[in-house]
Amino acid sequence: MSVAIVDCGGANLRSVATSIERLHIPYVITDNSDEIINAQYVILPGVGSAQNVMKHLESKNLNNVITQLKQPVLGICIGMQILFNYSAEGNTKCLGIFDENIDMFSESNLLKVPQMGWNKVEFSDAKLKKLNDYYYFANSFYAKTFDSTKAMSDYGSAFSSVVQKDNFLGCQFHPEKSAEAGVRFLKYFLTKS
Amino acid sequence: MITKRIIPCLDVRNDHVVKGIQFKNHKIVGSIVDLAQKYSEEGADELVFYDITASTDGSTVSKEWVSKISDVINIPFCVAGGIKSVNDARSILNLGADKVSINTPALENPNLIRELSLEFGSQCVVIGMDIKTIDGKSFLFAKTGNELTAHSTEILALDWIRKVQKLGAGEVVINSMNQDGMKNGYDISLLNELSKVCTLPMIASGGAGSDDHFINVFANTNVDGALAASIFHNNEYSIQDIKTSLQSNKINIRTSL
Repeated sequence: MSVAIVDCGGANLRSVATSIERLHIPYVITDNSDEIINAQYVILPGVGSAQNVMKHLESKNLNNVITQLKQPVLGICIGMQILFNYSAEGNTKCLGIFDENIDMFSESNLLKVPQMGWNKVEFSDAKLKKLNDYYYFANSFYAKTFDSTKAMSDYGSAFSSVVQKDNFLGCQFHPEKSAEAGVRFLKYFLTKS
Repeated sequence: MITKRIIPCLDVRNDHVVKGIQFKNHKIVGSIVDLAQKYSEEGADELVFYDITASTDGSTVSKEWVSKISDVINIPFCVAGGIKSVNDARSILNLGADKVSINTPALENPNLIRELSLEFGSQCVVIGMDIKTIDGKSFLFAKTGNELTAHSTEILALDWIRKVQKLGAGEVVINSMNQDGMKNGYDISLLNELSKVCTLPMIASGGAGSDDHFINVFANTNVDGALAASIFHNNEYSIQDIKTSLQSNKINIRTSL
């Protein structure tokens, strides 16, 4: 088994890499298209802004590579958001796997933006209820719930915390920072085929 | 909804966690890695590491210890102390930290807040605020790591919060110098005053001495987290003790489901 962690140009790839290493699974951090295509699992990690990540992927010609992938792909936070049509962050056109847009939370002194901390995640599928737990979030932008929503959370209103379409899985939280709950979620992703 | 966070704060000097009495006589409390692991296992929601060697003497200190922390824990952590540039922040984030906290450098160069948030996103940018209330007015203090350099900036805390929000900060830590080390509770009136203008997550700091103080700050203010040091380092309470008390008072916290 091998995992390609895509270098999307942001900082802090180390935490995702460490979480995979703890599971004793070989991984490579890469922006090389062959290494990505040939990996059994692909992770798009999530630190940075939508516009910077898209710019980086386009400069390496990886936007077309990613949309064509057939193996299980996990997008984390920004890595999930760039799988949507469009993000309000920097008015950025994204990869369009999910036919929805990313909006910004509307801030007030009752709803702090960014959302920062541990929020409850509830899966709708009975088989995945064992993954219901608190996960760590740090985000100003979000996807509303729609037909690809696999788990939702509440921040002022319901939003998508996990989405899935075919081989593409996305989570708004950071599994690599979500203690044991995050470990269970990563193991769930790494058993997909 | 999002849960309230309990955040142990660890002062780091020369690769060890230390505690001092009024900025002096720093005693070693334990190894960074051991304490990080202990608090993480006890259910801390996040950790803050404050490098007290760096901020007051102007030096740039090696932060290799940051990578050792990210090797042993899988909860978020923030590093504070001596971060003066985008490159300083980048090296710390690349070593595995989730956020950097800046205090005096932000006061000296507010544009650094904008640069950091454009580069890494506002969720990485925490503004530490040391505040002293004098005659009913709350002022920012700078260089508070050493009593010889600590001084008022004459900037009002309310104005500073409005400004850092506009510049792209992602969180503020409100440290009450009036309460710090007193162990008689967080500064509720200061936190409520500042909450009125604050749309960012806000962390209370300074004054925790018992579980009642955590209950009080979450029941009576709008803060998102509470930071504490000596109460945990002295083993007066474990994280779990605090969370058990909060839970029985219906405060929304992260527990095991």
